[in-house]
Amino acid sequence: MTVNPALIRKDFPIFERTVREGKKLVYLDNGATSQKPNSVIEAESDFYRFKNAAVHRGAHQLAEEATEVYEQARDLVASFLGGVSDEIIFTKSATESLNLLAYAIGSAEPSNRFHLAEGDKIVVTEMEHHANLIPWQQLAKRNRATLGWFEVNSEGRLDLSQIESIIDSKTKIVALTHQSNVLGTVNPLQEIVKRAHEVGAIVILDACQSVPHMKINVKELGIDFLAFSGHKALGPTGVGILWGRSEMLADLPPFLFGGSMIETVSMTEATWANPPKRFEAGVPNMAQAVGLGAAVKYLTTIGLESIHDHEMKLTQQLIHGLQSNSDVEIYGPAGCDMRGGVVSFSLANIHPHDLGQFLDSQGIAVRTGHHCAWPLNRKLGVVATTRASVYLYNDSSDIDALLLGVCDAQRFFARA
Amino acid sequence: MDLSNLYQEVILDHYKHPEHKGLSLEKDVQVHHINPSCGDEITINLTMRDGVVSDLTWDGVGCSISMASASMMTGLLHGKNAAEATVIVESFVDLMHSKGTSQGDENVLEDAVAFAGVSQYPARIKCALLGWMAYKDAAIQVHGK
Ligand SMILES: Cc1ncc(COP(=O)(O)O)c(C=O)c1O
Repeated sequence: MTVNPALIRKDFPIFERTVREGKKLVYLDNGATSQKPNSVIEAESDFYRFKNAAVHRGAHQLAEEATEVYEQARDLVASFLGGVSDEIIFTKSATESLNLLAYAIGSAEPSNRFHLAEGDKIVVTEMEHHANLIPWQQLAKRNRATLGWFEVNSEGRLDLSQIESIIDSKTKIVALTHQSNVLGTVNPLQEIVKRAHEVGAIVILDACQSVPHMKINVKELGIDFLAFSGHKALGPTGVGILWGRSEMLADLPPFLFGGSMIETVSMTEATWANPPKRFEAGVPNMAQAVGLGAAVKYLTTIGLESIHDHEMKLTQQLIHGLQSNSDVEIYGPAGCDMRGGVVSFSLANIHPHDLGQFLDSQGIAVRTGHHCAWPLNRKLGVVATTRASVYLYNDSSDIDALLLGVCDAQRFFARA
Repeated sequence: MDLSNLYQEVILDHYKHPEHKGLSLEKDVQVHHINPSCGDEITINLTMRDGVVSDLTWDGVGCSISMASASMMTGLLHGKNAAEATVIVESFVDLMHSKGTSQGDENVLEDAVAFAGVSQYPARIKCALLGWMAYKDAAIQVHGK
């Protein structure tokens, strides 16, 4: 099936509004967050309207029904990722999923497989979002572990030439992004996973920018943990996913303590429930989880392969258009191989904030700044860039609008 | 809203031809401020002689609003005594928080009233204030010396 953006946009009420005095909304900030289809908005509000009760507690009908739809959402996410339901943990965001892992691992006793001892190593990459850098950087500090990383080369790809010495026998954790939120680069997991497992390290994948845009099967990727945020995948804010391989989750200590995550409790001791409950302390974001279930259903119906094909066509159009402007520099792979629909660029003499402001006046929403990846920006030698990121509801007229906007901005700022 | 209201020519002009840019070697205090949400940075060197701003220079990277604002600020505050400088700074801060209801006092702010339009763009107010907040910090530090 090919994606028909005109039809799809009818499902997204936000496109009925205009911005900046009657201008059509050209939304190209999907890397930050996606818009929501009616089915997601309704699933979330219907939960409050018809089912609202605390899940996994209470002996009444509403509690039963609330639990049922909440667990259905878990099943939907599980099959969406190619995992099983007990491997799906609802968190509040990818940020929380990654922190959960970092704190849980950091607290593992010496007898636990996750124990991180002084001198052990954690490996990340230079292209990480702060959410998949700082938790590991700080865990390394707390546990006196060392932090190593893969550098980014001039093509915007990971330099894997030193993989054997970077992922060495001391390495316990390899945490990396599937797709860079700045460069659009999709990282080659096979080689990294193989080397990590060779030395007995676990692989944690930040899939925030990939899960919403391409078909993912966690079993095929061979990774151990995966995190993503619902709100970038057509879902609500306030819900994220941590997927972990069953045998991993079985040994992982809890991070947040409280209601629902226990097996037995006395005044001085407690034992833990099995996963996923062990990692879902307190009454969860139920309506949001149900909304995320509706989102992955929507994505599955359209088809992730079709969505990815569609996005790559737009990305190609965008890259070609930008390349024909001699004042534009693109950061990240120039080709469409192993890359997603995120394109960051700079424009000679015009600061990204000023360009973003001008584009906004034309109804075009892009992201400007460091995109929560300061170390990568430093490596690229830029303080900030302008980022356009596409999704299933964008069409080629959106790309044309952006390309035209860039030229108009050049004229506008040249006037003084 | 018309964008040329935000980007007045005098602003673009200061951005392209900044004044007092380049840090002087001598200084009483140096202050470095960053805007963590966008990465804009500014450093200013301040020297006070007999209670008067005798030297104020800056360097930085950022958008036209933050850089032009720093440029105009340094020109405005040069030669002013501490109290006069405070009045100018407060007047500019008030203008930025006026949500488009004020044109700014030209007697106090001179060309810097060109930034009045910024107050209608909430995300840009911090840009315009970057240099001014750095000066405020520097003034406090000099006073404490
Ligand atoms: C690659 C990547 N990782 C992590 C995050 C953090 O996601 P959230 O802020 O939803 O927790 C983002 C979102 O900007 C991202 O792009």
